[in-house]
Amino acid sequence: MSSLAALTLPTVGAELWRYSRIGGLDLGSYAIGLADTTITGEVGALGHESHIALADVSSEAPDVFESLHESHANVVRVSTQRGQTVSDPILLTHTVNATGVVCFPSLEIDAAENSEVVVVERFVSTDSCRSLVVPMVKIRAAQSARVTYVAINELGRNTWLIGYQRASADRDATVSASTVALGGDYSRVRAGVRLIGKGASAKQVALYFADGNQMHDFRTLQDHAAPRTRSDLLFKGAVRDTAKSVYTGLIKIRENADKSEAFQTNRNLTLSSGAWAESVPNLEIETNDVKCSHASTVGPIDGEQRFYLESRGIRPEIAERLVVFGFFADVIDRLPAAAQPDTLRDKVGVKLLGVDFVPTKIGAKV
Amino acid sequence: MTPPQTNDVKYTLEVRDLHAKAGDTQILNGINLTVRSGEVHAVMGPNGAGKSTLSAAIMGKPGYTVTKGSIMLNDRDIGAMPTWQRALAGLHLVMQYPTEIPGVGIDELLSEALSERGIDPAKLTARIAGEATRIGLDEALIHRAVNVDFSGGEKKRNETLQLAVLEPRIVVLDELDSGLDIDALRDCARRVEDLTNERNLGVLVITHYSRIFADLKPNFVHILAKGRIVASGGPELADQLERDGYEAFNP
Repeated sequence: MSSLAALTLPTVGAELWRYSRIGGLDLGSYAIGLADTTITGEVGALGHESHIALADVSSEAPDVFESLHESHANVVRVSTQRGQTVSDPILLTHTVNATGVVCFPSLEIDAAENSEVVVVERFVSTDSCRSLVVPMVKIRAAQSARVTYVAINELGRNTWLIGYQRASADRDATVSASTVALGGDYSRVRAGVRLIGKGASAKQVALYFADGNQMHDFRTLQDHAAPRTRSDLLFKGAVRDTAKSVYTGLIKIRENADKSEAFQTNRNLTLSSGAWAESVPNLEIETNDVKCSHASTVGPIDGEQRFYLESRGIRPEIAERLVVFGFFADVIDRLPAAAQPDTLRDKVGVKLLGVDFVPTKIGAKV
Repeated sequence: MTPPQTNDVKYTLEVRDLHAKAGDTQILNGINLTVRSGEVHAVMGPNGAGKSTLSAAIMGKPGYTVTKGSIMLNDRDIGAMPTWQRALAGLHLVMQYPTEIPGVGIDELLSEALSERGIDPAKLTARIAGEATRIGLDEALIHRAVNVDFSGGEKKRNETLQLAVLEPRIVVLDELDSGLDIDALRDCARRVEDLTNERNLGVLVITHYSRIFADLKPNFVHILAKGRIVASGGPELADQLERDGYEAFNP
């Protein structure tokens, strides 16, 4: 405990922590604990002894939480053999119900050449749980490997999350990393993909919805470090009541990454006058022969759309529901099947109708 | 197919001394119009005459304020009702620029709109498909997002499809003839004309040009200029307008 208290935490003065709630974190008040982790899926794909170092999957300097991981993480390793296709998704559920603990669930997905694997990771706690979850997933996709990863945040209303997704894709490999964030109090995900082999591609998708006094905070990096690489990011969220969301994202195209394509879209709906969303897209391009685009919007429901529906005799609250579901339709379509898009719609509906979010029963099949 | 309703109740939209603002600008300066079931009234006017403000004010669009006068549907003052209640009371607006609504299917829209009217949407599946065929809208578009990536013609066919399915008593057509090709205009105009016969629909058609009258024949023509009706008459008034232009009607 004392060692945690002695750590120097970043402040909102640092660009990466701007707008965050880091100032409200008293790390010393937490004891190091463990999440209760259950795993279902093809056992053959689990437990191989290959360690992925942070430097293998990230070009960014580790921050204090990433460093803590090195000493405190309990690691689940998923690794595939060359050419192996793992037919069913591997599901990890981390449950935290004790109050006052910080836990460091760690997942390493090491996909060998031309293999394929889908991993879904859920984070669950009760509404009364006042703890901090610091998860990290490291994904290493070797040549022509195909990795699909989905993180689902179903944490209770008082649980904090400061999470990391670090992925690298080698030649012709494909990494898809998605996040569904509905729960938690302050939930932050730093999600980076490195495209290190020619022809590598990455897809990042996130759906988030914050209400009450929640805050979702995303920092993304699309790092192109090889020619003819492709990245596509779509993050969409809604905030209501006095909730907040932050998105900042960087597309970085390095000098050797010519003929690369990078797309970044972040759209936010503010459903109440007290809700707040910030969106900051960035480009850093060191070569000319590339195709890049970014788009970012923050705003309330379009008045014309609302009027159109209401002019058909649809009452305002239903018109609003239709528009919000419609807003999320493309992001739900882009989520992998393992994220169970159908049940997501229901969960968004629950949030929208203002009923308290009830996490799915622990142990229930996702 | 659900049999067309009998519509033995006559509906009357009565706009009396309507003054309205768009934002802070006074646009309408005392409009009087009475549209009854089965009648087709055309309101013609040049740019800036107040045509769009008239349709917006009748439907209760946010940003438009009635400053004086009344809008009655039969004996109900609908001028203070929210838009959706005006629609349920029997009023409908076909929009000049139908809004794109990403992620919301036409089928979803119709389903909610019919439910609001106490109609089980499941019972109308065949009827909706039939209306799509009749108006020349690809049936697959019914399952696509409302107006998203639709051509001008598809948008107006979609508007006309909704009009036919939702069965309002009085419709305001705000420049149905803008942004679509001749064939689509003919199909949409004929469908509206048929609705006046089949369902006794009352129509207020707001337009620049008289070409729509080839297929949707007005019983009455009104000339709108500077927020007032400056002339009213039969179809011959449209001919006179074609000949003399709007200049001749300037107040």
